[in-house]
Amino acid sequence: MKKTKAKYAKYGYIFSIPFVVSFLIFNLYPLLYTVVISFTDLKGIATTEFNFLPNLFQNYIDAFKNPSFVTSLKNTVFMWSLNFVPQIVLALVLAVWFTNKRMNIKGSGLFKVLFYMPNIITAASIAILFSAFFGAPIGPMNNLLMRLGLSSETIYFFRDALTSQGIVAFIQFWMWYGVTMIVLIAGINGISPTIFEAAAIDGANGVQTFFRVTLPSLRPILLYTLITSFVGGMQMFDIPRLLVLRSGPDNATLTTSVYIYNQAFSGSYMFNNAAAASMILFSIIAVCSAVLFYVMRDKDAAALKKIQKARAKEEKQARRAGV
Amino acid sequence: MSKVKKEPRASGRMSVGKLFIYILLILLAVLSVLPFLVMFVNGTRSTPEIQQQALSLVPSSHLMTNIKILLRGAFDPIRGFMNSMIISAGSTILAIYFSCLTAYGLVAYEWKLRDGFFAFILCILMIPTTISIIGFYQFVWKIGWTNSLLPLILPAIASPTIVFFMRQYLIATLSMEIVEAARIDGSGEFATFNRIILPIMKPAIATQAIFVFVTSWNNLFLPLVLLTKKELFTMPIMVSLLRGDIYRTELGTVYLGIALTVLPLFVVYFALSKYIIAGVALGGVKE
Repeated sequence: MKKTKAKYAKYGYIFSIPFVVSFLIFNLYPLLYTVVISFTDLKGIATTEFNFLPNLFQNYIDAFKNPSFVTSLKNTVFMWSLNFVPQIVLALVLAVWFTNKRMNIKGSGLFKVLFYMPNIITAASIAILFSAFFGAPIGPMNNLLMRLGLSSETIYFFRDALTSQGIVAFIQFWMWYGVTMIVLIAGINGISPTIFEAAAIDGANGVQTFFRVTLPSLRPILLYTLITSFVGGMQMFDIPRLLVLRSGPDNATLTTSVYIYNQAFSGSYMFNNAAAASMILFSIIAVCSAVLFYVMRDKDAAALKKIQKARAKEEKQARRAGV
Repeated sequence: MSKVKKEPRASGRMSVGKLFIYILLILLAVLSVLPFLVMFVNGTRSTPEIQQQALSLVPSSHLMTNIKILLRGAFDPIRGFMNSMIISAGSTILAIYFSCLTAYGLVAYEWKLRDGFFAFILCILMIPTTISIIGFYQFVWKIGWTNSLLPLILPAIASPTIVFFMRQYLIATLSMEIVEAARIDGSGEFATFNRIILPIMKPAIATQAIFVFVTSWNNLFLPLVLLTKKELFTMPIMVSLLRGDIYRTELGTVYLGIALTVLPLFVVYFALSKYIIAGVALGGVKE
């Protein structure tokens, strides 16, 4: 038996080769190349030649001195938070309703299909669509507000910084709450029903069950949602780039990805600055994800896993010693 | 009836709460549908009509005029559709095939670096893609592949997320007895994968393929960076052209242009929504 296993082991390596080669060429090499460029003077169109800077970190220092870069970081975090908090709250509430058998909500299949729908549509198209909706002086939103009597004069939505940011956050929220809801529904359905039964026998009401049973059991999935949303949100590009021309008043909707794009590809070809900005963004994503993961992780489960691992190791060693 | 008798007070209180829930659900459903409805309707209306009343649910008769104006500018939906189709289909085939192959290598064989390789895949799962764009662009420029569709397709060979899903699926479904039987029949390892394993994986392939395809179809960032020739523009780049050019004053035409980019996705979604939603649910419950 052992012989046959050894004979076939090489196929494990062979079948992994395409993945590894493609990763090295198209992911790892560009990543390392970006790191290198961030320490150089590479700028200008149609050139790939560069020299390392006398002060290697000059591009990084310049980035933090650049007010639009700092603004872009703040905007990205702000607009992501503005979309994530209501998104997770609404998704949780909807998920609890849809999974509550006593509530027995009719048409839940159709609702799920409709709530998820905006997520599958091209973000670029949605950005252009909403840019038309919030158009001024002529636009459906202005029209609606006037017809409902909520406003008496034309509102120039994209002339106000906070409104522009709010619209970006709203679109992100609208595109993603359905996804989060479906993920959470799957999570709640995965919780063992005996826990809910035990809570019911102990006389827990709906609110108690939610905070004491549902929420703690959902922790790994909430952590997954939080981190994937954060990593995605920090790279927000399509909506802020296309919704408002030139990133709105005071660079209100300038995100870091748009900043990187502008530095390198929209006329200025400052590849070195863009690379440094990319690396700063990467570090922020990595550090924040690690902190979120560490703070939110299930401490009991982690401890249990450690004990199990140690025990398995001991058993293995004992077995080996026995043989 | 018996239910009502048992908890008359509870059911009475529920109905008010339930009414509120249904109102909220219907409002959210309207919020999902209405923007697209207005888009389709406005695509059939003329600019003066929209100027008078921007919000309407009654289609008008200016569809043909709008189409004519739309095609006068740089917006070319057919070319965009074809380019997006080539990129998305190519990426999907590569991503699915090689992810299945890698996942099979991880599940079916016992090799020294297996656990290490899987840990490595988990690590790169979360690496953000946009942050290496500068190096990627410089690399592609050096080998003369800007304005080529290849750098938008080939990287799909290494898709860690799909490898992860395929591995989970194989662990649950693959029985090594089938593989052993194939070996006794004299089938080579590679042939076994192509003829026996791939068909077993069909359900997982179907759901994953939809996601790869749609993600690739909707991608704006990378094509926008790499493609400068109009003949190679993808659908998302085409739609971004509607912000400028001759379309600035043609309101109905802009709505129609957006509608054309959205239409294929609507068709796909309503044909496959069941699988898509099942797939999303599956995705969230990874460990």
